[in-house]
Amino acid sequence: MNTPTMTPVRRARAILTVFLKEVRENLRDRRTLTSAFLTGPLLTPLMFMLLINFTINRELDKAEQPLKVPVIGAQYAPNLINALKEGGVVPQPPVADPEQAVRDQQIDLALRIRSSYPEAWRKGEPVQVELIYDSSQRDSHTPVDRVTDLIENYARMQGAMRLVARGLSPATAVPVVVAKRDQATPQSRAVLLFNILPYLFVLTLFIGGMYLAIDLTAGERERQSLEPLFANPVPRWKIFLGKLAAICAFSSASLVICLVGFSVVGRFVPTEKLGMELHMGPSFALHVLLLQAPMIVLLASLQSLVAAFAKSYREAQTYVSLLMMLPILPSVVLMVMPIKPQDWMYSVPLLGQHLGILDLVRGSGVSPLHLALCLGGSAVAAVIAAGITMQLYRSERLAISG
Amino acid sequence: MIEVKDLHKAFGAVKAVDGVTFAARDGQITGLLGPNGAGKTTTLRMLYTLMKPDRGQVLVDGIDAAVDPLAVRRRLGVLPDARGLYKRLTARENIDYFARLQGLPEDELRTRREALVTALDMADIADRRTEGFSQGQRVKTAIARALIHDPRNVILDEPTNGLDVMATRALREFMRNLKAEGRCVLFSSHIMQEVGALCDRIVVIARGRVVADATPDELRAQTGESNLEEAFVKLIGSDEGLAA
Repeated sequence: MNTPTMTPVRRARAILTVFLKEVRENLRDRRTLTSAFLTGPLLTPLMFMLLINFTINRELDKAEQPLKVPVIGAQYAPNLINALKEGGVVPQPPVADPEQAVRDQQIDLALRIRSSYPEAWRKGEPVQVELIYDSSQRDSHTPVDRVTDLIENYARMQGAMRLVARGLSPATAVPVVVAKRDQATPQSRAVLLFNILPYLFVLTLFIGGMYLAIDLTAGERERQSLEPLFANPVPRWKIFLGKLAAICAFSSASLVICLVGFSVVGRFVPTEKLGMELHMGPSFALHVLLLQAPMIVLLASLQSLVAAFAKSYREAQTYVSLLMMLPILPSVVLMVMPIKPQDWMYSVPLLGQHLGILDLVRGSGVSPLHLALCLGGSAVAAVIAAGITMQLYRSERLAISG
Repeated sequence: MIEVKDLHKAFGAVKAVDGVTFAARDGQITGLLGPNGAGKTTTLRMLYTLMKPDRGQVLVDGIDAAVDPLAVRRRLGVLPDARGLYKRLTARENIDYFARLQGLPEDELRTRREALVTALDMADIADRRTEGFSQGQRVKTAIARALIHDPRNVILDEPTNGLDVMATRALREFMRNLKAEGRCVLFSSHIMQEVGALCDRIVVIARGRVVADATPDELRAQTGESNLEEAFVKLIGSDEGLAA
């Protein structure tokens, strides 16, 4: 019955004890395991690959496949029609009311050639052909551009031939030429498609730690084991740190599995079809992990905070699901307002990770300054969030179940 | 030895504990008797430092709970009102977790744990996961983890709640053994017969105040009733919330 004397060495083990117990207990929970190590981290790379494949193939299909276009008055301009046919357009029989058909989305576009076309052509007057389409239809853009390009090319060629026939150089009619020099590298084009990647990584982290965060606060209180736990001679902040470490361990493992998944899946994305390059190897994975390190702690703290506020497990689930909306913000903001990244933006949690990961995908790498800003800004936020949650852990209300 | 001096605790306008003073001595069983909602659980929660009293002092073996709560918790074995176990861990793992949080070295942990498993007659369930345990098996596990660090003072909040006759008898025997070992045993109950049969000293609480603090014999003499049950009803003013 001697009271055990506590050496400092033994006391330091409390955090580790809590951590190991939480990890062991949750490794025995099939639902947590499935969501943290299977569905959560593997669903995103799979979904991403399907989405990218679908997009790429659809774009490629449109460019190569024969384009069916209903033509009204095809008989008035046989040469133009031939030129279109060479460009892959397959003229279709005219429709009665092309405007209505386009509005009803029965057809993407229609071409109308007036009966005055042959007369005007012979006189050498400018003639007009009409393209009927609906620009609010996302699907119509590529076909419209294709047909427009074909007609304009035909017109330029005919114009040049007329000038030559009159003994003039075709160059006189073209005083200024625009030479387009696109500075986009294959990687920077990839960024457009891969804008969603940073969000997927944060989502994986979030889902990986979610069940634990709820279970270790709201769940433990609901099962009435928090009160006996707090009766032990361990300060509550140490109990919280042990639990926080367990949540972080699960969400980090989740992210690692996800990154491995992406590096495998990355090989199946047909980026070479678009002349793009993808960097999803070990270096990419390590950099993402580094960028996300403070985010792991920040998310785990926020989840614990929100879950500790809730009165029951179910209420905690609702709140944490609402919190899941938070990481989508940078992606949405950048999509709506494509602003030029400034240095300070890297220090904003979530936004910094977003920009940093896009830099990685772009292949340019994250500069040391941006890396420091990103890690520093998020680390400060993580410490603040953990501090607030720790305060909440000290409240009397937290321990009382019912 | 547990000493409580003039404890006060209010939740909003409700005065849950309104000036409670008593002492529980070593080698004795002290019963905290009162109807449901009298303030027993709140008083005990302040004893094991889960809550801070608005006013008053708690001393455990002479250590002030407000000054050194960790030292107080080290000297207490607590079976709280909430006695949830970790259902994905076995009974032994549940006990080990608390032992490590108490800072017990591994060899001492094994000796103490096996002694408790024998004393509480739970060898057959010790390696089963606690999910699906009966109420009695749960209480045994909760008591074992509460006493793993060999505390001098033991606090039990309504320990026989929900137990069947056999389990209740076994638990009472266990409490007598704790007393025989010289420990200070403090337990709360709203069951008069239990308190009368076990206690060396009875503290009767009603509406957040101590209305009596005496031995069973003194109580009978004080109230002029030969029957303890009548004595309690007379003290509390009604028999509401009490059980025979």
